[in-house]
Amino acid sequence: MGPFERRGTRPASAKEEAGLSSNTTTTTLPPDDISHRLWRLARDALRLLVMLATTFLGLLAITFFIGRVVPIDPVLAIVGERATQEQYEAARHALGLDRPLIVQFLIYVKDAATGNFGTSLLTAKPVLDDIGRVFPATLELATIATVLGVLLGVPAGVIAATRPGTLVDQIIRIVGLMGYSMPVFWLGLMGLLIFYGELGWVGGPGRLDTFQEMMFESEVPRHTGMILIDSALAGAWDIFRNALSHIVLPAGVLAYYSMAYISRMTRSFMMNELSQEYVTTARVKGLPEWRVVWVHALGNTLVPLVTVIALSYANLLEGSVLTETVFAWPGLGLYITNALMSADMAAVMGGTIIVGAAFILLNMASDILYRLIDPRARAAA
Amino acid sequence: MSRFLRSPLGRLSAWLTAPDPTSRLQARLGQAWLTWLRFSRNPLAMLGLGIILALVLMALFAPLLAPHDPLEQDLAQRLLPPFSPGHWLGTDEFGRDILSRIIHGARITLTIVALVAVTAPVFGLLIGTVSGYFGGWVDTVLMRLTDIFLAFPRLILALALVAALGPGIENAILAIALTAWPPYARVARAETLTVRSADYIAAIRLAGASHGRIILGHVTPMCLPSVIIRVTLDMAGVILTAAGLGFLGLGAQPPLPEWGLMISSGRKFLFDQWWVATMPGLAIFIVSLGFNLLGDGLRDVLDPRSASR
Amino acid sequence: MSLLEVDDLEVRFPTETGMVEAVRGVSFRLGRERLGVVGESGSGKTITGRAILGLVRPPGQVRARRMLFDGIDLARLDEHGMRRLRGQRMAMIMQDPKYSLNPVMRVGRQLTEGLRLRERMSRSEARKRALEALEAVKIRDPERVYDAYPHELSGGMGQRVMIAMMLIPGPDLLIADEPTSALDVTVQAEVLKILDALVRERGMGLIFISHDLKLVSRFCDRVLVMYRGRVVEEIAADRLDQARHPYTRGLLECLPRIGGPRGHLPVLTRDPAWEEA
Repeated sequence: MGPFERRGTRPASAKEEAGLSSNTTTTTLPPDDISHRLWRLARDALRLLVMLATTFLGLLAITFFIGRVVPIDPVLAIVGERATQEQYEAARHALGLDRPLIVQFLIYVKDAATGNFGTSLLTAKPVLDDIGRVFPATLELATIATVLGVLLGVPAGVIAATRPGTLVDQIIRIVGLMGYSMPVFWLGLMGLLIFYGELGWVGGPGRLDTFQEMMFESEVPRHTGMILIDSALAGAWDIFRNALSHIVLPAGVLAYYSMAYISRMTRSFMMNELSQEYVTTARVKGLPEWRVVWVHALGNTLVPLVTVIALSYANLLEGSVLTETVFAWPGLGLYITNALMSADMAAVMGGTIIVGAAFILLNMASDILYRLIDPRARAAA
Repeated sequence: MSRFLRSPLGRLSAWLTAPDPTSRLQARLGQAWLTWLRFSRNPLAMLGLGIILALVLMALFAPLLAPHDPLEQDLAQRLLPPFSPGHWLGTDEFGRDILSRIIHGARITLTIVALVAVTAPVFGLLIGTVSGYFGGWVDTVLMRLTDIFLAFPRLILALALVAALGPGIENAILAIALTAWPPYARVARAETLTVRSADYIAAIRLAGASHGRIILGHVTPMCLPSVIIRVTLDMAGVILTAAGLGFLGLGAQPPLPEWGLMISSGRKFLFDQWWVATMPGLAIFIVSLGFNLLGDGLRDVLDPRSASR
Repeated sequence: MSLLEVDDLEVRFPTETGMVEAVRGVSFRLGRERLGVVGESGSGKTITGRAILGLVRPPGQVRARRMLFDGIDLARLDEHGMRRLRGQRMAMIMQDPKYSLNPVMRVGRQLTEGLRLRERMSRSEARKRALEALEAVKIRDPERVYDAYPHELSGGMGQRVMIAMMLIPGPDLLIADEPTSALDVTVQAEVLKILDALVRERGMGLIFISHDLKLVSRFCDRVLVMYRGRVVEEIAADRLDQARHPYTRGLLECLPRIGGPRGHLPVLTRDPAWEEA
């Protein structure tokens, strides 16, 4: 009699016979048809939307509060010091400052939701228009820098993780370590000094030289507001080249920053994955080592890495504030700092809200991406 | 070897590493000693520790170490290059000695770091442990609050605050601290959730411990190692943020020798008198690097799960 | 005819507190039979299995006088050569499919990966082979499982997938490292039954590593008992009760028996001399 022929074994449940999981976290495999999928999608989307709304509301609350803490009297700033009491009261009423605080807040929220951030003192234009003008420049910078950071940082992290303790690993770690210990604006200055001042390899501050700037303003139609894309679309290749030579340094500096962080995180995640059992399984199957590392292990690393990349992008939006100052890059960061210097509160607050909103959206996007990529997270109800 | 063991230092070492400690103090000190031994075997971590100690010493003994007065102007000596006699790192546009300014700037840097390190983690720890411990709507509300602050880019919030309150070093510190606490709350909450359902917590609750006692005496100590690691690594970033604020003119005001501010004023002379902007940046870099190395070393020693070896 | 001959295998790991010798001079032969390797945690049984497959990575050091697999000396073979043997002629199934299967890759892809890479098989051909393999391990809905992710499978199913995956290329040697330790008892029986049938019908050599002496004695033909990196006893499974080494005897005596005496179970007292045996 074989060792495993027992009498009266408990009949496996129908679920187990079909080969489906019977543990308690997922009671049954969720039915996979379209209607259920849509329902789950809708429910998840709703939940995300609610979270987004509350966080955004909180953001507005904070900026509202900050705006009210200003020691300068905004009414006085408008009517001047020699206004009469009536003029003062009239202006105060017009600004809505005599209403109770909660009403003011609600008006504030409504304004923000409709895109009314007030008028800039400097440019005398609506803040939203100003921001629409300058934001693409920042986006251009941050996007290129992140792409470069990922293209360089992920392979560097993988290579470092597969050779721990070796010289290559040490070099990658030290280069990364230097990257996020350096003040990014100082690195920008050093870059300017060396690559522009001494070597003349790249263009200087600003997005374009004056001549190309004029050409761009007059000849290239504005689709995205990003010079590289717009000039390429229009076939204006010397504007494109000029823009490229100007963006190389600031994007390079930010890319270094991004690469340092991404490579460190990649290395950390990869080392974790490489010690997992499924990696041994892949090796036992006789797969070539490159496949084990770059398909199996990296595939699993991508799941948390996506969050890291989104975070890095958000960090770059923030870092661009300083970099734009150094490179006279007319983006959102420079806009906010200039507004700051001129006590243009509406512009500062408007810019802050936009950056904050971008941050929130990026966090949310990384959350969504995480859920899309990780099949385990997809299944969990 | 036996002569060493009989000497006072040897006896101390033997006492610390004794396998059967007889008192809690002995056990604790012995643990600390072993941790220190492991830490000291990591050369990069020791370098980080050295840098931080140097920073502290520079800050404490600034008046003694600095060859010149950091605020004293001497326009005849302006913009001297490094290695000039009496001015190792050169002078700035007002003839002030850069080396002295950097040394005195260490005080400012240390003050900012110390104040933020003391306020933000404590506040974050409190919020995190309370949130994780009590759960329910307390948890939801506090975590919403944390998420909102987390959603704020640190520098931008600092900018906005300073815009509202006016530039100055106290406002800069406040702004940084206000954005620094959320990660600690998150970490503390995660640790608390792990610890909360442990048997020994149930045991002391049965013995009649109040919530406060449990949180302070039992839950918080479990969070400490990760918080310490985080604080150290965070300080590296705090220095950079503070320098950024200084660079924009929003932190310490002239003529204070704050490093970020020095870079900003040196910017005008970047291409010809590069040292005015470069030297303070190097100082920031070295100190931030020091905190990063120290934090990595601490993590390898205190939290081997996430060792980056 | 020996499928595998291991002669004086040693595996060492440098640690902070000195060199740890995980395997100290292990020798045995394996034909097309089932060999059980039993020991407690730290006995070196798992590392032995991994060393045979060349899976011990630096800083671990593996040394053997000889490790002959079908005439090929594994101890002298380079990584490239090992890679050709692994999967195709030697395979291993591990303890917990929750961890040993790639969580972000569909089961089907994991099954067909080796085939498509090595033999350049077309997708449909490989799929057919994979579905056949799934049927061979008694999975009732192979198409569904083929498209599923590992976390959607129960423990028993996952382990069966693992077996299928390893047996697709038709290896001669299979090392099973605690294949049923993570499973419920009833599921254990099913999986073992399948393993039994497959090993028998393909005439494979099987090394069954476990901490469960009773299980191994029922499933295997011969048993190796390991203690602290050494083999302390080698005996036929059906003559286990005649074991001579005090460690084995101690293990046998502390197992409870249904219908046996109900006094206190004896506790194993370890003799330091066993380390030197």
